[in-house]
Amino acid sequence: MSLETRETTSVGIPGGGGALPRKRRFGAETLFRGTTTAAGTVVLVIIVAIAVFLIAKAVPAIRADGSNFLTEKNWFTGDTPPKFGVAAIAVGTVQTAVIALLMAVPVSMGIALFLSHYAPKALANVLGFMIDLLAAVPSVVFGLWGRDSFAGPVRDLSGWLHHYFRWIPIFGSDGPYGKSVMLGSIVLAIMMLPIITSLTREVFLQTPTANEEAALALGATKWEMVRTAVFPFGRPGIIAAVMLGLGRALGETIALALTLGGTYTIALDILGPGGNTVAANIANHFGEATDMGVGALIASGLVLFAITLVVNLIARAIIYRRREFVGGSA
Amino acid sequence: MKLKRHGIMAGIALTAATLALAGCGSDNTTPSTSTSNGSAGSSTDCASGSLTAQGSTAQKNAMDEWVKAYQQKCSGAQINYQGTGSGAGVTAFSGKSADFAGSDSAIKDGDETTKSTARCGGSPALNLPMVVGPIAVVYNLDGVKDLTLKPATIAQIFSGKITKWNDPAIKADNASAQLPSSAISTVHRSDDSGTTDNFTNYLKGSAGSDWTFEHSKTWKAPGGQAAKGSDGIASTLKSTPGTIGYVELSFAQNSSLSMARIVNGAGEPTELTPEAAGKTIAGAQITGTGDDLKMKIDYATKEAGAYPIVLVTYEIVCSKGNDAAKLPLLKGFLTYTSSADGQKALTDLGYAPLPETVRAKVAASVGNLA
Repeated sequence: MSLETRETTSVGIPGGGGALPRKRRFGAETLFRGTTTAAGTVVLVIIVAIAVFLIAKAVPAIRADGSNFLTEKNWFTGDTPPKFGVAAIAVGTVQTAVIALLMAVPVSMGIALFLSHYAPKALANVLGFMIDLLAAVPSVVFGLWGRDSFAGPVRDLSGWLHHYFRWIPIFGSDGPYGKSVMLGSIVLAIMMLPIITSLTREVFLQTPTANEEAALALGATKWEMVRTAVFPFGRPGIIAAVMLGLGRALGETIALALTLGGTYTIALDILGPGGNTVAANIANHFGEATDMGVGALIASGLVLFAITLVVNLIARAIIYRRREFVGGSA
Repeated sequence: MKLKRHGIMAGIALTAATLALAGCGSDNTTPSTSTSNGSAGSSTDCASGSLTAQGSTAQKNAMDEWVKAYQQKCSGAQINYQGTGSGAGVTAFSGKSADFAGSDSAIKDGDETTKSTARCGGSPALNLPMVVGPIAVVYNLDGVKDLTLKPATIAQIFSGKITKWNDPAIKADNASAQLPSSAISTVHRSDDSGTTDNFTNYLKGSAGSDWTFEHSKTWKAPGGQAAKGSDGIASTLKSTPGTIGYVELSFAQNSSLSMARIVNGAGEPTELTPEAAGKTIAGAQITGTGDDLKMKIDYATKEAGAYPIVLVTYEIVCSKGNDAAKLPLLKGFLTYTSSADGQKALTDLGYAPLPETVRAKVAASVGNLA
């Protein structure tokens, strides 16, 4: 397009501005565009490089595995031939994360709702700050606290649960109680609290005032208002927050290495000594691992990656399905 | 968003700190070999320069103590020992990124030997026993203070055949103790460890019919619960009644856990003391040739008063072909660690000194390094 024609067209439009700036081939615009494109490409290159590295390390280990990588429970990489598999640690990862989620979600939603709709503003600010502070505590501190001081109360709780609810299979173990799925998942739940709380609080605060006032004007009590206006509006946000928390739970390493029983068993029972996760297993075995052992651990990391991917895809699907409904009602 | 940014900032700060730490000491490699500037007036052979070593975490505390003492005496010396694990230490040694390695097991025949010999320019690498760590069988049982256990009983407890504290097998050795009928919960290491390797090797060697698992750094028996590190086992034992586990002596002492008396090959219950552990080492057979002092411990030792569960960790070092610039410091430092003074410095840390017969051999081997 020549300069001349452009000028005539812009003049020809009624109320049109002046001429567009001259297009320079190597201006700041081009430079900026080039930089952002390069930055975007770097991400891709890094991801591909990591993926290639992981697969290149993992494949020889899986090939050398003397038993089925997907069904073997134990992790004996030092044997000849090595025998290891992800059955127990993959199930343990999901089990621990789900139990932690079941405990963390109701509590964090309660905190978020209190902060956004019930608490006086001054109190809400202070509490909100403290919740954020909880997120800054390193996970090894949670792990050591869980192992050294929280284990006592959880042992008493385990005894109580077994005494009254032993007919439920998950409370079947009669002790002695120590480091268990129960302890690990409670610690994990506490670690997930700040993430889920902060996000859901923001979502709850964004509920349109018009919706809330409309509900109240129709005679709804505060709880009914929350149920009919706040929750439906915030649902995709809540799901996103839960998924983010779950992401942390699945990848949590050292806190679980310190609080779980670290055995390679698959059991419904959550009170007895036991429990293990992929990330905790990596933390436990990385220090003394041989080349073979490192390959095996990386292979288990790939499995964790796959689990996380599936969980995230499910979350996306849920949010996508809900979007239209929420968009229509809001 | 806010949370995420905190994490990244912390990560950057950590990385920077690690880099700064890693930078320390490794860049001062100027070799200068001035001997005997010992300020304390001791017999320590001083040399300046720097050494990097890594390996076994079981001897990390011993190394830290030795490095501190040696550097105090010899101002120009800079020694770094990283507790990266025995496997990583041997790999680093073979890859020339460590001047010597600390390892819970001697160099294995085959690949490890080939690589380490190549690293030493064709001469064999030596296994020098340097740090002896007795392993305690510890328990937490209300009202029971001095438990005596036979190897077979320990093997049956840890393999899950004995499940109650008042089992007849335990009662037989502890007639006067008030043993409860509660369940036994065994605690083992969740991470790979030379302690586990030695403990299972002991069970295999002294109670082979009751312990059917191969010895290895990874715990093989089913059941029980696992804890990360010896401190993890100590902490679990302290907080959970009815548990039994195994830790290095220093952890048992620091957490004031009850240690079981072990019945040795001569049939006498032995309390764990550094001297009793030293007797087992004195009776061990040296299977290495020449200056190589690889040992084979007789776990069923008939030596009177010997405590049989011990962990020997080695320094792995080139017999010949060491970097000429670093040799004086390497020799000086290992001469100190294998001296009577050096060994005595470890007793407070929960290690056992090498018995004099073995120590003299180690010192002689160090003298031959070239």
